[in-house]
Amino acid sequence: MRAAPAPATLTTARADCGSADYAENMAGEQSHFGGVRLHVVSGKGGTGKTTVASALALALAGGGRKVLLVEVEARQGLARVFDTGPLPYDEVKIASAPAKGEVFALAIDPEAALLDYLDMFYNLGRAGSALKKMGAVDFATTVAPGLRDVLLTGKTCEAVRRVTGGKSTYDAVVMDAPPTGRITQFLNVNSEVAGLARVGPIKNQADSVMRVIRSAHTAVHLVTLLEEMPVQETIDGVLDLRDASLPVGGVIVNQTQPPELPEQALSRARIGKLTHSGVTAGLIAAGIDPNMAKKAAPGLTLEAQRHAERVELQKQERSRLSTLALPTAELPYLSDGVDLGGLYELAAGLKDQGFA
Amino acid sequence: MSTRPPRQKRSDPAVRLTTAPPFDVDALLDDRDVRIIVCCGSGGVGKTTTAAALALRAADRGRRAVVLTIDPARRLAQSLGLTELDNDPRVVHDVVDPAQGGRLEAMMLDMKRTFDEFVEAHSDAARAEQILANPFYQTLSSSFAGTQEYMAMEKLGQLYRRSSAADTWDLIVVDTPPSRSALDFLDAPQRLGKFLDSRLMRVLAAPAKSGGKVAMRFLTAGLGVFTGALKRVLGSSLLDDLATFVSVFDTVFGGFQARAEQTYSLLQEPVTRFVVVAAPEADALREAAYFVDRLANDDMPLAGLVLNRVQPNPVPDLSAQSALAAAERVAATDAVTAGLLQLHADVARTRQRQAHLAERFTAAHPRVGIAEVPTQAGDVHDALGLRAVGRGLAGDPT
Repeated sequence: MRAAPAPATLTTARADCGSADYAENMAGEQSHFGGVRLHVVSGKGGTGKTTVASALALALAGGGRKVLLVEVEARQGLARVFDTGPLPYDEVKIASAPAKGEVFALAIDPEAALLDYLDMFYNLGRAGSALKKMGAVDFATTVAPGLRDVLLTGKTCEAVRRVTGGKSTYDAVVMDAPPTGRITQFLNVNSEVAGLARVGPIKNQADSVMRVIRSAHTAVHLVTLLEEMPVQETIDGVLDLRDASLPVGGVIVNQTQPPELPEQALSRARIGKLTHSGVTAGLIAAGIDPNMAKKAAPGLTLEAQRHAERVELQKQERSRLSTLALPTAELPYLSDGVDLGGLYELAAGLKDQGFA
Repeated sequence: MSTRPPRQKRSDPAVRLTTAPPFDVDALLDDRDVRIIVCCGSGGVGKTTTAAALALRAADRGRRAVVLTIDPARRLAQSLGLTELDNDPRVVHDVVDPAQGGRLEAMMLDMKRTFDEFVEAHSDAARAEQILANPFYQTLSSSFAGTQEYMAMEKLGQLYRRSSAADTWDLIVVDTPPSRSALDFLDAPQRLGKFLDSRLMRVLAAPAKSGGKVAMRFLTAGLGVFTGALKRVLGSSLLDDLATFVSVFDTVFGGFQARAEQTYSLLQEPVTRFVVVAAPEADALREAAYFVDRLANDDMPLAGLVLNRVQPNPVPDLSAQSALAAAERVAATDAVTAGLLQLHADVARTRQRQAHLAERFTAAHPRVGIAEVPTQAGDVHDALGLRAVGRGLAGDPT
């Protein structure tokens, strides 16, 4: 367990790597989610949930911690984000964080997880391959109600609870989870299974996974954009999670565009009151060729108007989100796309805003 | 390779993001032989909006169109008159000008109800009741992976059969379920069909058929170890529910499988066209590329690619680098000009990245026509907005 008293941790870290770590650890202490061991990251499709989950793992690994990043949708999204080859069904180191922090990644393959499980609990031996031959593995992992989700949540919870040498193997586990529309059902699957399989080891296992998921050591974060549909889905998702007594963590607003213009210029731009002649004069003063300045002014005014509209919309959506009264972080839109460098930038943003 | 010369307004590099041939959306909508348009793509790329905009534009151009949506945003649904799931097309009033002879209908898929109706249509009342009450069926019909896709296809088949009757529709536009992979729409129904007909299901069905001597029979068949394991894993109550379900559902199996195959082959008919929807992002374009390849493999007719959220660049001659350099010069003295230049640099860089990604797609699929829809400042949630998207789709500047 990471129950080591904070001062001791600080001393060790200092001795190791100097004063930078002191700040790292202090920031950690101020996190909204200090006691959380399992971070579940969900969000509407297209909001960048895999990117955010990866950045969160990097942020949590700062200060010499060891973090496992789990992929459950078998689409090798993590490999793409970290720009590596396809991940095997194994825990492999995928990135380093400041002060010897480490991020491991695990892409769970439901079929392999099932055979693992059966082996672990039932010592099946020959029966395992019989199951496979009969199509039972296919059955369980692609079509049997929720069993696939049972395996994915089960494997993740196992990593959360695993202990090496008397302390937790991982300081935190981050799950790149299914989208908002499915997340409650996904996390709740074990209580459904406990209902379907009324007795037996599967039921016991399902109950124990639910205990981890419902505990204060778990937080479900939702990633959104400042657009109507993702925000609505986030609000609905939070209500669903609360109804199902699942622990809601925070909201991470991705791809925000900070206002690039002073407040007054924004309101003028929005109503089309930035004059071309004024813009042209400004551009010339900034060293743009006069001909180019004149040609560019209408286009730049149009860009400013679109930007102002977008800023205004963002404001509205932000205020809708604030009704949830949850810890919220905002991450900037990176116009060059998210490469590895961008990922560290997003990680720093999450840390600064109390998510790690 | 383009078969017709691209119109000037489309080939202008300031307007077009890609060098791909344009996808002539109006020609598709005006082709009376086209009766089904399927919109596919990965989640979050604007599939539903595209489907609704295509149907509305078709109606404006005189088609009697119906749009089958899966999971529309609340306000978009309201704008189509869909306030609840009613699983049957309804006319969208006061949106289409009737002078052109067109009409727009819309419906939202109710997966469970479609499944229930399917069961009721394929078995007698007593059996249907038994199936509907079975816990395994209830999970299958409400939360199974693949059920939504199967039912979307089933509903499409139903709508198409009804469309041959008078006064219904001459064009069905289908939105596909929000799965991570666009291929799921094609694969899930068959996967489900295959599963329901699998050897495993036969074995599981056996207990209910042959009474209490099952365990013995399995032992002699050398399968005891298997059912034993399954029982221990699943618990025997689940197995019993499953066995009952399978034996009662048996009567429906024939219909179920045949129907899946029938609808699948409908997708290969000349009346059908696929529209692949993507955003200029790496993941979405990768999915689109998989899907385009798959359509080609399965002889399914692709009409073109819709690229949503394309970043317009109104000042292509001013590069991001020059804008940033100029912004730096006045950063301390003129916040407005510096802001405008910074903004333009962001726009130019986004556009450049999008062009690069789209170009990679086109390099691999040079013959796939692309319709580009510029990014909207806000969400689309009324007929006016849908019409604007439709104009963007058709490259219509009016």
